[in-house]
Amino acid sequence: MSKQIEHWGKTKSLLWITLIIWAFFAFIIHLFGTSLNGSFPGAYYMAGQGAQLAFVILTFWFASRQNKIDEEFGFSEDD
Amino acid sequence: MLRLGDNFITSLNKVYGIYTLGFLGFVILMAILEVAGVSNTIIGWLFVAFTVLIYALIGVLSRTMQSSQYYVAGREVPAVYNGMATAADWMSGASFIAMAGGIYLKGYPYMGFLVGWTGGYVLVASLIAPYLRKFGCYTVPDFIGTRYGGNLPRVCAVIILVVASFTYVTAQINGTGTVAARALQIPFEVGVWIGLAGILFCSMLGGMRAVTWTQVAQYIVLIIAYLIPVFWMSNKLGYGLIPHLAQFDAVSRVQELEGLLGVKELLPTAEAQAEAGKLAALKVGINDASATAMANWKFFTLVLCMMAGTASLPHVLMRYFTTASVKAARQSVGWSLLFICLLYLTAPALATFTKLSLLDPTVATSIIGKSISEVSNLEWIQQWSNVGFLKLVDGNGDGILQINEFFMRGDIVVLATPEMAGLPYVISGLVAAGGLAAAMSTADGLLLAIANALSHDLYYKVIDPKADTSRRLVVARVLLLFIGAAGAFVASLKLTSILGAVAWAFCFANSGLFFPLVLGVWWKRANKAGAVAGMIGGFGVGFWYLYMVQFGGMTPWYGIDGLRFGMIGMPVSLILMIVVSLMTEEPDQETQDMVDAIRVPKGKAVLAADH
Repeated sequence: MSKQIEHWGKTKSLLWITLIIWAFFAFIIHLFGTSLNGSFPGAYYMAGQGAQLAFVILTFWFASRQNKIDEEFGFSEDD
Repeated sequence: MLRLGDNFITSLNKVYGIYTLGFLGFVILMAILEVAGVSNTIIGWLFVAFTVLIYALIGVLSRTMQSSQYYVAGREVPAVYNGMATAADWMSGASFIAMAGGIYLKGYPYMGFLVGWTGGYVLVASLIAPYLRKFGCYTVPDFIGTRYGGNLPRVCAVIILVVASFTYVTAQINGTGTVAARALQIPFEVGVWIGLAGILFCSMLGGMRAVTWTQVAQYIVLIIAYLIPVFWMSNKLGYGLIPHLAQFDAVSRVQELEGLLGVKELLPTAEAQAEAGKLAALKVGINDASATAMANWKFFTLVLCMMAGTASLPHVLMRYFTTASVKAARQSVGWSLLFICLLYLTAPALATFTKLSLLDPTVATSIIGKSISEVSNLEWIQQWSNVGFLKLVDGNGDGILQINEFFMRGDIVVLATPEMAGLPYVISGLVAAGGLAAAMSTADGLLLAIANALSHDLYYKVIDPKADTSRRLVVARVLLLFIGAAGAFVASLKLTSILGAVAWAFCFANSGLFFPLVLGVWWKRANKAGAVAGMIGGFGVGFWYLYMVQFGGMTPWYGIDGLRFGMIGMPVSLILMIVVSLMTEEPDQETQDMVDAIRVPKGKAVLAADH
C-alpha cells in the first residue's frame, strides 16, 4: 500500500509541475502582451504559435514522465 | 458482403497511405478536368460526392454487432490514428471555416480561442482522459454513474451531455448545410438534410468503430484542403516558402498599413453599417495585445472557459476510451494536439496574408484605395456579394474604397481565399470538401456521444438492464436517427451563428461536468450528494445566467458575456461539490478502492470489457 501512496505522491508532483507550466503559457505570458511587442510581433506570436507549440511539447513530456513513474513502481500495464 | 477484418488494424499505414495518394490523385484529376473545360459546378459536385461516398463506404464496411466495437471501437485504435481521429472530431466547421475569419475581423482578442482550444488538451492528458480509460467506461456518464453510484448522478450527467452536445451538433449540421449549399448550389435547407444523410451513413452501422475510421479519412482531407491554399498563396504572393515562418514580417507590414489606412480611426458611418446589415468592416488592429485590465480579464476568462470545456466535452473524452492502453491514451492526447496544431497554427497565417493581400497597395490583388467601380468588377467580389457574404458601401461618396467601406462575413477568409488570390477553381472545390469533412466529422462524434449516452446510460442502465446486446444496439441506432433528424430540424431554423452555439456548448460542459470528472479522480472524498449538487448547481446557474444575459436583458457582470458563462457555472459547481461532499458521509470502501484502482494503469479495468 505504501508503494501506492508514494506512486500517487510522485504523480501529484508531476501534475503540479505540468499545471504551472501550462498556466504560464495559457495565462501569464499573455498578461505581458504589450511588453512582448517590439520590432517582432511578440504578443501575436505567443497567442498564435508560441503557446500552442509549448502545449504540444508539454503534453508529450508529461506523457513520457508519467509513464516512467508508472514503470518505476511496477504499475505500468506491461509489468 | 465485404467487411473490415481483423488484419485491418495491422495494415493501417498501408490503407491510409493509399487513401492519401488516391485523394491527391483525385485532386490532380479534377485539375486536369478544369483545364479541359469542365464547368465549376460539376467539379464542385464531384469533390463533394466523391469524398462523401468514400466516408459512407468506410462507415458501411465497419459495421458491427458487438457492443465493445460499437461503443469503443474494440479498444484497439493506435495512439497516432486516434490522434488523427480526435483532431477531426475536434476541429469543427467553426475551426475550419470561421477561425481565420475571426482572427481577421476581431484581431488579437479572438486569438484567445486559439490558446484555449489547444491548452485544454494539457488538462485532458494530465487530469482526466487516462484515468477514464483505465476505468473502462463506454461513455462519460458511465464513469459518473459508477464512480458516484446510483442512477441520479448518471441521469444528471446524461442531461448535461445531451444539452451541451446538442447545442454543438446543430452548429455542425448548420455548417455542413452551408458548405453543401455553396458547393452544390442548392438551397440551404436541402443542404442540411443531405449533410445529415452523409453523417448518418458514417455512424449508424458501425458506431464508434465506423466513426473512428471515417474521422481519420476526414482528417486527411481537411488538413490537405486547409494547407494547400495557404502554402500556395504564401509562395505565389512572394511572402516566403513556409507561411508559418513568413507571417511575422507580414504582421509588421500590416501594422504599418493600419496606420496609413486608418484602420482604427476610420469607422463605418451609421448609415453604411445599416446598409451592410450583419456584415462587418475591419475595425481592430492585428496585434493590439490586451492593454487594459478589462482586456486582460476578457482574454483570461475566454481562455479558461474554452480549456475547461475542452476537458469536459464528452465527444472528445470518449475518443480516448478507444486506445489499447492507458499509456497509449496519454500519448494519443499529444498526437491529437499536434494534428490540431497543424491547422490552428495555419489559421493566423492565413488571416494575416489575406489581410495583406487586400490592404497592401503594392500587392496586385489589393482592393482598398482603388476605385469602387474597378473593385466591384472583380469576379470574386461579384460572386461573393451575390450570395450576401460581402458588400461595398461608398459611405463618403468619393468613389474610392476606404477601409470602412468594405464589409464582409468572416467565413469568406477561408472560403474565398482561392479566388481572391487568383488560384484555379479546383482549389475552391478542395476547400469545400475540407469544410464539409470538418463539419461532418465533428457532427458524427457528437451525435454518437448523445445516442450512446441515451442508449447505454439511460435505456440499458436505468430503464431496461436486462436488454440483450442486439436490442441495445438497435435502440442506439434508432436514437441516432431521431437525434440526427432533430438536430437537422433545429439547424434549418438558423437560430445562432456557428461560433455562438459552439462557445455555449463549451460552457454548458464545463459548468456541469468539469469538476465532477476531475474530483472523481483526484479527490477520494467526493461523494454522490456532492457530485449531484455540483452538476445541478453549476449547470443550472450557468444556464440561468446565459438566459438572463442573452435573452433577459441583464447587463453581463464584469464582462462575463454569453461566450464565457462558464465563469459563473464553474465556481458554483466547485463550491457546491466540496461543501456538500464534506457535509455528507464519505464514500464507502468499495468506491475508494475503485478510485485507487484507476490511479494505476496496471490491473483490471473497473468495468468489464462487455458491460
